[in-house]
Amino acid sequence: MDTFLDFISFKDPNVIYVVLGVVFINAASALIGTFALLRKRALIGDAIAHSLLPGVCLGFLAAGEKNLIFLMFGAVITGWLSTFAVDIIVNRSKVKQDAAIGIVLSTFFAIGIVLLTYIQNHASGQQAGLETFLFGQAAAISRQDVIIFLVVLLVVLVAIIAFYRTFVLVTFNREYAITLGVKVKAYEFLITTLTVLSIAAGIQALGVILMSALVITPAAVGRLWSDQLPKIILLAVVFSIISGIGGAFVSYSSAQMPTGPWVVLLLSAIVGFSILFSPKKGIIARYKKSRENRLKILRENILKSIYVYHEKMMDKSLSLQMTVTDIMETRRFDTDDLTSGLRYLTHKGYLAKQGKSISLTDSGKKESKRIVRLHRLWEQYLLKKTTIDSDHVHSGAEAIEHIITPELEKELVKELGITGIPEEDY
Amino acid sequence: MKDQISIEVHNLTVSYGAGPVLWDVDFELPTGKIIGVIGPNGSGKTTLLKTIMGLLEPSSGYVKIQNKSLNEVRDKIAYVPQRTSVDWDFPASVYDVVMMGRYGKRNLIRRPNNADVEIVEQSIQKVGLSDFRDRQISQLSGGQQQRVFIARALAQKADIYLLDEPFAGVDAATESSIISILEEMRNEGKTVLIIHHDLQTVLEHFEYLVLLNTRLIAKGNLQEVFTKENLSNAYGGQLTLLSKVVEIIKATDFPIREKDVDL
Repeated sequence: MDTFLDFISFKDPNVIYVVLGVVFINAASALIGTFALLRKRALIGDAIAHSLLPGVCLGFLAAGEKNLIFLMFGAVITGWLSTFAVDIIVNRSKVKQDAAIGIVLSTFFAIGIVLLTYIQNHASGQQAGLETFLFGQAAAISRQDVIIFLVVLLVVLVAIIAFYRTFVLVTFNREYAITLGVKVKAYEFLITTLTVLSIAAGIQALGVILMSALVITPAAVGRLWSDQLPKIILLAVVFSIISGIGGAFVSYSSAQMPTGPWVVLLLSAIVGFSILFSPKKGIIARYKKSRENRLKILRENILKSIYVYHEKMMDKSLSLQMTVTDIMETRRFDTDDLTSGLRYLTHKGYLAKQGKSISLTDSGKKESKRIVRLHRLWEQYLLKKTTIDSDHVHSGAEAIEHIITPELEKELVKELGITGIPEEDY
Repeated sequence: MKDQISIEVHNLTVSYGAGPVLWDVDFELPTGKIIGVIGPNGSGKTTLLKTIMGLLEPSSGYVKIQNKSLNEVRDKIAYVPQRTSVDWDFPASVYDVVMMGRYGKRNLIRRPNNADVEIVEQSIQKVGLSDFRDRQISQLSGGQQQRVFIARALAQKADIYLLDEPFAGVDAATESSIISILEEMRNEGKTVLIIHHDLQTVLEHFEYLVLLNTRLIAKGNLQEVFTKENLSNAYGGQLTLLSKVVEIIKATDFPIREKDVDL
């Protein structure tokens, strides 16, 4: 608890830099990453990140010291070259994009490792600490770095706000944008450059290997929670910042722990959580939906059986007292299902129970009539409008009565010209 | 006005890789008509539309629109791409997509004004999607998606509309509602050019035809063009020779025409 208080009160001034740095990096990469994901260029982020390494080394060689501006400049150039190389391979050969990304990524990374080894074997390189660019070292973020990260974030933010509509247009329908006279190539170049820039900003803290996660994952999570682009972008940024701060805290509270991997792990945990719990698309939501459907079908089938029982007994008032056995004789339910279904229907006021005998209430009568009517309307529809043997009609109509909406019911009635409940059941 | 030329295609040759997809295609189209572009699969219909819209570079020849180059009259011509050419899972609403029709060259950065909003609302209403205005496009049926694309083109307020297979994968009711929208546009003097592959409905939909199979087979008023002879020229029989030549060109990287000869 003390560690936590120390952390949030920034007792150690270095913590401020780490937290701010990670927040700025994560926000920038989540913002532009949303467009990379929607352009189906998610893997490009991975290629770019790996391709930054040779640029970082060249930047170091040019500056002769670890100057972040030089390193980032070199990184942006090789990162951008890598996307250019992918495009050339795809356009000029039969190699597909995924293969091209794999080739470019590993080639640039190999060059990077060669340069890195060269630098470390030379006198000036020994204290360079460039190997932190492989796995990242957030603790080393300085005040000056934070300012550079903030500038990158602002550039990305301003560009997205200014060109939001065009970015969306180019992303959604590139060819159409061209026919409108939009300079599509220029905007694509801008999006790519912004992607490279925000990845380059992050490699010091997260390393070239993990940085691609910050481009791809937040947007993918945002997409799970929303269908609206502004919300997706906002959620991506929020989730990314949360995992950034979380990662910084873990590495603060136990000095042995690296920041970058923890940021990525927290982000992955959010992905897992979202896949389970997100509304509509989440596994839990879908499970619940299918369970509700199953229960609805069961309850409606019970009411239907009660109606059919009355028909069998030649009773039009629907007010007979019946037992569980009577229902079971009409339709074979699973005993447990039937018991719980009856309990629910009684609770909802469709059935009245007196000791062992069950009867329909007024609303129960109405509901059972509605279901039988839908079932038989659909049977009539199948018989009249399609080729189906009459002994198959019943099973074909079974289950459909639970789906038919009032609008569809009206259309059915209009098409068939039937009022009331058809007598015949197949 | 009636005899004005909407689109002129002059000696157009377009190739993918080595083989020509369009080969010396040359025609002029009238204004204010619903024009069908028909031909078998792979006959270069989509390529023709994309070249007219400047999406593909011709190997030779040129296209003129209202007797000007495309760049001079971009806001006079609207393109409806094939429905399946985009990812409909994209997070956008019907309104968002139709509003794209108002972006144009000059309107990229400024926010849409009241006039834009009104045009977009009208376009959505014209295609009968007012109730779906705020619906996410991923939740639309195929026919509704097609109508969103048409509304987006309507919002461009152009003179010439190019539609690539607008009836592919839509039901008969949607097809006839799209046709009545297009007829309404024709009555306002617009030119509508439609790629179509269903020969059975050609007679109902079009008044003017371009019959294509890599080369221009025929063009003109429906009755003149829609003949058994033309169709068999386009769809089979005599032209197998032409496709054999195309195959040889593809296989050998042979040039389509000698460089110093200009037709």
